[in-house]
Parts: sequence; structure tokens; C-alpha cells
Amino acid sequence: MPDLGKYADTVLSAYGASLLLLVALVVVTILRGRKVRREMETLETRMKRNG
Amino acid sequence: MSIWEYANPKKFLATTEKVMPALWVSSAVLISVGLIWGFFFTPDDYRQGSTVKIIFLHVPSALMAINAWFMMLVTSLVWVVRRHHVSALAARAAAPVGVIMTVIALITGAIWGQPMWGTWWAWDPRLTSFLVLFLFYLGYIALWEAIDNPDTAADLTAILCLVGSVFAVLSRYAVNFWNQGLHQGASLSLDEKENVADAFSNPLYVCMAGFVLLFIALVFYRTGTEIRARRIKALMARERLEA
Repeated sequence: MPDLGKYADTVLSAYGASLLLLVALVVVTILRGRKVRREMETLETRMKRNG
Repeated sequence: MSIWEYANPKKFLATTEKVMPALWVSSAVLISVGLIWGFFFTPDDYRQGSTVKIIFLHVPSALMAINAWFMMLVTSLVWVVRRHHVSALAARAAAPVGVIMTVIALITGAIWGQPMWGTWWAWDPRLTSFLVLFLFYLGYIALWEAIDNPDTAADLTAILCLVGSVFAVLSRYAVNFWNQGLHQGASLSLDEKENVADAFSNPLYVCMAGFVLLFIALVFYRTGTEIRARRIKALMARERLEA
């Protein structure tokens, strides 16, 4: 860990907030993508079965 | 081969699915390398101390906040002129990514500004134009959600995108237009006097490349999700008709 001196809180809070937002964006994107893909596949299967 | 082939949703999905793993991995590697390099292996600035390390998040996120809007503008114009649904959906998919990039730029700017300027916020031209850009992003997302007919929503959001482009340009060039306010000039410039030192600019370029790739990965993935969500609506409508 580098010595951040008197600005340690400033630098760490900027990194913490940014990384949290980036990770949340990626996770939400992937979770919604998977959910929609599952829904579409279920619907397509049902429609094929029903002709 | 023409770029317009990718206006076909099936072709778009097939192509993007092939490149997605490479995009995720390369963006994660570049962002990790850039941030580790910047955080652990760069010196403190003689005036700003260790707060200079915030540049490795602040500048790439601000870059993407502005350029995401330009990408939305281009794809919206493609929709208006050529009526390709994939391009309208790509613009829609990019907006939440752009809004998060804008929030990161605003938050890191405020955190950085407090010890350097003595205030979290000032009605400085660049800060203010960024705040307005953030509000345009929210308005753009709200407009998509508010209109049921997807083609009407795409038309109206394209117009909003065109208007908001003024603020995207202002966000980038505000410090040049109005030589006032607290925010300094461009961090990366062809002018050697203005440019940040190599010790900071090299990891910064790596972070910027990582953010660009992450943006592309997120937009491709989210556009695929929007295409599938549109197909679900179409299939459900057909099912209701047949019932």
C-alpha cells in the first residue's frame, strides 16, 4: 500500500465509490441479460410446443 | 461486406457474441493494469500530493461520459435516417452506461475538488455543463421508459439526443470557451506545457483504453439484451393474437 499521506481518505473514497459503481453496472447488466435471455428461450420453446 | 449487415439483429447477436469474451477480458486486464500502475507505482504530485491518483478514474470516466453521448447521437441519427432498429436499441443500451460514467466523473471530481479547491462543488463552466449532461442522460432514459410505442420512443429520444449534444460538446470544451472557473485545462494535450507528466500519462492511457473497451463490451451486451427484450414483446403479441 503506498503512503497516501493526509489525503488517504480522499483517494480511497474516490477509488471505492468508482469501483463500486463500475462493478454494480457490470453485475446489473449481466443479470438482466441472463434473465431476458432465459425468458426468451422459455417463450420460444413454449410457442414451438404449441405450434 | 457492409457495416449495414449488422443492422440485422441476428447478425449483430452472432457477431457480438463471438467478440464478447475478448472484450470483457481485455477491458478487465487494461483497467486493472492501469489502476494498479497508477495507484501503486506513480509518485505524488508536488502540489496535489497523492490526490493526483484520482486522475486514473476521473479522466477516463469523464471521457466516456462525453463520448457515450456522441455514440448515442450517431446511432440515433442512423435510426432517424435509415430506420435500423438495432441502432436505436444501441443508443438506448448506451445511456445507463453513460450515466454511470457521468456520476463517477462528478463524484471523483467532487472528492478531488474538496481538498484542492476547498469546496465539493462550484458553478464552474465544466462542472455545470457536466451536471446538465447528467440531467440529459436521466431525461433520455426516462423518455424511453415513458413511451410504449418503441418507434415513437426512438424518434423522440433521437431528438433529445441531438439537443443534448450541445451540452456534451460544452462538457468537453467549456474550459476552452470560458477561460474562468476552478477546473484546469485538458489533462492530455499536444501542448507539452499543458500535458500531464509521462509518469502519470502512461498509466492514464492504459486506463482510458480499458474504459473504452469496457464501454464497448457493455453496449454490445446491453444491445443484445434490448434486442431479445424486443423479441419477447413481439412473441407475446403474436401469442395473444393466436390465442
